Amino acid sequence: MGLQPYLILSAVVFCIGLFGVTTRRNMIGILLGIELMMNAVNINLVAFARYTAQVTGMVFTVFTICITVTEAALGLAIVILLFRVRRTVMADHLDLLKG
Amino acid sequence: MMANPGNLALAAWLLPALSFLVLAIVFPLRRLGKPAAWFSILCAAAAFVSAVMAWRIQSVSAHPVHLVWPWLSSAGKNLADVGVLVDAQSTIMLCLVSLVALLVQFYSLGYLHDEAPAALGRYYVYQSLFAFSMMGLVLAPNLLQLFICWELVGLCSYLLIGFWYQRPSAARAAVKAFWITKAGDVGLLIGIVMLYQLAGTFDLTELHSLAATNAIPLAGLSIITFCIYLGAMGKSAQFPFHVWLPDAMEGPTPVSALIHAATMVTAGVYLLVRTDWLFALTPNVLVIVAWIGAFTALLAAVLACVQDDIKRVLAYSTVSQLGYMMTAIGAGVASAGFFHLLTHGLFKALLFLGAGAVIHAVGSNDLPRMGGLARRMPQTAIVFIVGTLSLAGIPFFGGFLSKEEILGAVWAGGLTGPFALLMLVAFLTAFYMFRVVFLAFFGTPAPMAAMAHAGHAGAHVNETPHAHEPPLTMLLPLWVLALMTMAVGVYTTFNEAGGRALSGAPGGETAAPGWLTPSAVGVATAGILLAWLTYQSRTINASSLAAMFGPIRAAALRKFWIDDVFEGLYGFVLLGFSRIIGWIDRYLVDGVLNLLSDWTVQAGDELRGIQTGKPQDYVYGVGAGVLVLILLMRLVF
Repeated sequence: MGLQPYLILSAVVFCIGLFGVTTRRNMIGILLGIELMMNAVNINLVAFARYTAQVTGMVFTVFTICITVTEAALGLAIVILLFRVRRTVMADHLDLLKG
Repeated sequence: MMANPGNLALAAWLLPALSFLVLAIVFPLRRLGKPAAWFSILCAAAAFVSAVMAWRIQSVSAHPVHLVWPWLSSAGKNLADVGVLVDAQSTIMLCLVSLVALLVQFYSLGYLHDEAPAALGRYYVYQSLFAFSMMGLVLAPNLLQLFICWELVGLCSYLLIGFWYQRPSAARAAVKAFWITKAGDVGLLIGIVMLYQLAGTFDLTELHSLAATNAIPLAGLSIITFCIYLGAMGKSAQFPFHVWLPDAMEGPTPVSALIHAATMVTAGVYLLVRTDWLFALTPNVLVIVAWIGAFTALLAAVLACVQDDIKRVLAYSTVSQLGYMMTAIGAGVASAGFFHLLTHGLFKALLFLGAGAVIHAVGSNDLPRMGGLARRMPQTAIVFIVGTLSLAGIPFFGGFLSKEEILGAVWAGGLTGPFALLMLVAFLTAFYMFRVVFLAFFGTPAPMAAMAHAGHAGAHVNETPHAHEPPLTMLLPLWVLALMTMAVGVYTTFNEAGGRALSGAPGGETAAPGWLTPSAVGVATAGILLAWLTYQSRTINASSLAAMFGPIRAAALRKFWIDDVFEGLYGFVLLGFSRIIGWIDRYLVDGVLNLLSDWTVQAGDELRGIQTGKPQDYVYGVGAGVLVLILLMRLVF
């Protein structure tokens, strides 16, 4: 198989993630969307690593997965704290930064 | 070693500095008042003794002593020296300054006996500082030291005029004196610096030898001498800078005697005497000096005729006599002006101290509130009349020969206009001074005259309450000055050459015509006679005499509007200019800044709506940004 199907897959996954981030009101949903976008990037990295026969992309992917995990852990922790304080996880209710 | 006149002059200069430093630093001594005064007087006395010794030795050896230390050295060359230049002029002037300073400090003990001890101590600190600065000015070997001391005496004048600083009028007068003399001082500083640029030295001896060998380029020298003259105008109260001197009378009377009659105000004349060889190179400036001097003399004499405040009469008389001295310098005979400076220093100090005794006794400066004082204070009356006759220029009195010298010099210099003005001034001088004498010392006491209608019962109650002879501390200086004035007068009347030698003039006879002496004395006598007829025998009605000179009198009462012109200049030009500048600053400079900041605030207010605080909106923003970047990369690069 060539490079193209992987890239299409990755683009589709990325778009689904972006759609989730922009449309979900629930913060956990937004976090899930972000995870999807990250995974799209991972697919890209691995695909290009295979295509160019270089190991760099693989190594990067391992790093990214680690970072994604920590990010998900941090994000969920924040969501739990927010829920304790504000009794809500709806993103459009949390507008303290409104100008 | 000590017989060196340089060392003696240095001692005379530094003794008041010692007194100043001790009184300024050891504040418990200063706050004691009387002991501080005695310490200062002791130093002044020692300074006077060494000044007289320096003068005696110098007048015998008769060659200048130049005792200096290098100062301000840069690049292996001294910019200026500091030290003393002892010659005929500086030693005799040193004697005058230290004598008057000593007598005034002694007299102040009696005059200021009501002051609080701390205030008395402060007074003597200022007095010591003044004596030090004035002697430094007199002995200055170069123009730089002269200028520094010049500023220091100006500062002392400010401090002493404002000695009673609780009085608003005194504070105002002090500021006025300081600013107006300062205006002249700027000229002096510019002149000195320009002279340095031209001649390459500040040193008076070097400058003199340069001028003698014509080594100073004449181009631009007129501006320099005029700038130096400007400084002298401010200090010596020449028209139009004379306005500060009458106001300076707000200070204690002994201060007026020392600073505003005998010494500081003559510093301008002294400066021109010291640099007369420089002024001789610029005859056009000398003509200005002569005309302004003569005009100042006349203006001040007219003003003195209408004053009712005894100290103000004397102040205007001082301005008038300074004009005399300046005219002599303008005529090219600086030694005549210097001679008059010396005799004037003696008899005007005497007059001021006498007026101080009168004010002390009566408790008022107003002439109409005096009268008949000769019976109560005969000694004061005698010394005051001695001073008055001296000022009028009557033979055998101090001012006689010096006034003749000036008139002769001005006539010989071919300045007919100033000469005529000075003759008129001589008449007016005799008139206004004897007006003071007759009003204050003779006639009936004013309160008694008022009581005459009500019968004699209460007359003694309303008489000037404790008009009595002043204490010994005040009488002694008066007698010393009166006797010295008499001695100088008698000596110079019989021995004219000796008189000229006193002022360090070359022995030559000035070519005064024979009719000069009789006519000058005659004019003065006429002035005395008119005063006698008007104020003593009352043959001429004073008010009808005043009516004869109606417009002039009205103008003189308003001080010829000169103060008003100054005030107007200040009020309209300076304040108006400040208002315009203020308006520009407030509305243009600040306005632009305010507009910019207002715009920024407004723009921020409008743009804050973008920040919704909702995460998704920021994601849209990021997306839009990425799109724009992509488009840019496609289209532009």
